[in-house]
Amino acid sequence: MENVIFDRIKKDISENDVVLYMKGNAAFPQCGFSSLAVQVLSQLGVQFKDINVLEEAEMRQGIKDFTDWPTIPQLYVKGEFVGGSDIIREMYEAGELQQLLADKGVQAA
Amino acid sequence: MAMDAGEIERLIREGIPDCEVRIEDLRGDGDHYAAYVTSASFEGKTRIEQHKMVFEALQGKMDEELHALAIQTSLPK
Repeated sequence: MENVIFDRIKKDISENDVVLYMKGNAAFPQCGFSSLAVQVLSQLGVQFKDINVLEEAEMRQGIKDFTDWPTIPQLYVKGEFVGGSDIIREMYEAGELQQLLADKGVQAA
Repeated sequence: MAMDAGEIERLIREGIPDCEVRIEDLRGDGDHYAAYVTSASFEGKTRIEQHKMVFEALQGKMDEELHALAIQTSLPK
C-alpha cells in the first residue's frame, strides 16, 4: 500500500515546482500552521499545488513517512523538502525562501 | 491529550544535553507551545536537521499527541 502513496508523492513533487502538503486547501486551510504556509506562498506570489492530507488518511501518514518529518504542512520545491511551517516562516523572514525560489528558477510574482 | 511545558522541556533537555531551552505556552491551553532551543550541537546542521534533533528528543510525541509545537532553533551567540 505504501508504495502507491510514495509513487504518487514522487509524481506530484516532480510534476509541480512547488507542492504544499497541508491540512485543508489553499482557499480553506484548516490549521494555523498550514494557513501560515499558504500566506507566505501567497505573499511571494508563488503558484503551488496544494494537497489536502485530511482527505486521505494514507496520504497524511504517507507523506510523514516519505519525508521522515512528523508534522503537516510540508513544503516541497523542485522535488526537495524545504520544511514545515516554522522553517518556512523563518526562511521567509530571512529572505532565504525568496532566494531558494530564485535559485531554483521558480517564478515568483 | 496535551503535554505540559515541563514534560516538553525535560524531554528536549535529555535529548539535547547541552541545550538551553525555553518553552512558551502560546495560548495558555496546554496545547499550543513554542520551544526555543539553543545548542552548540546545531553547528553546521541545516534547519531541517536541527528540527529533527528536537523531534527525536520528543520521542515521537511530536505527531498526534503534541499537535502544536512551534520550534525555533539557534546556535549560542
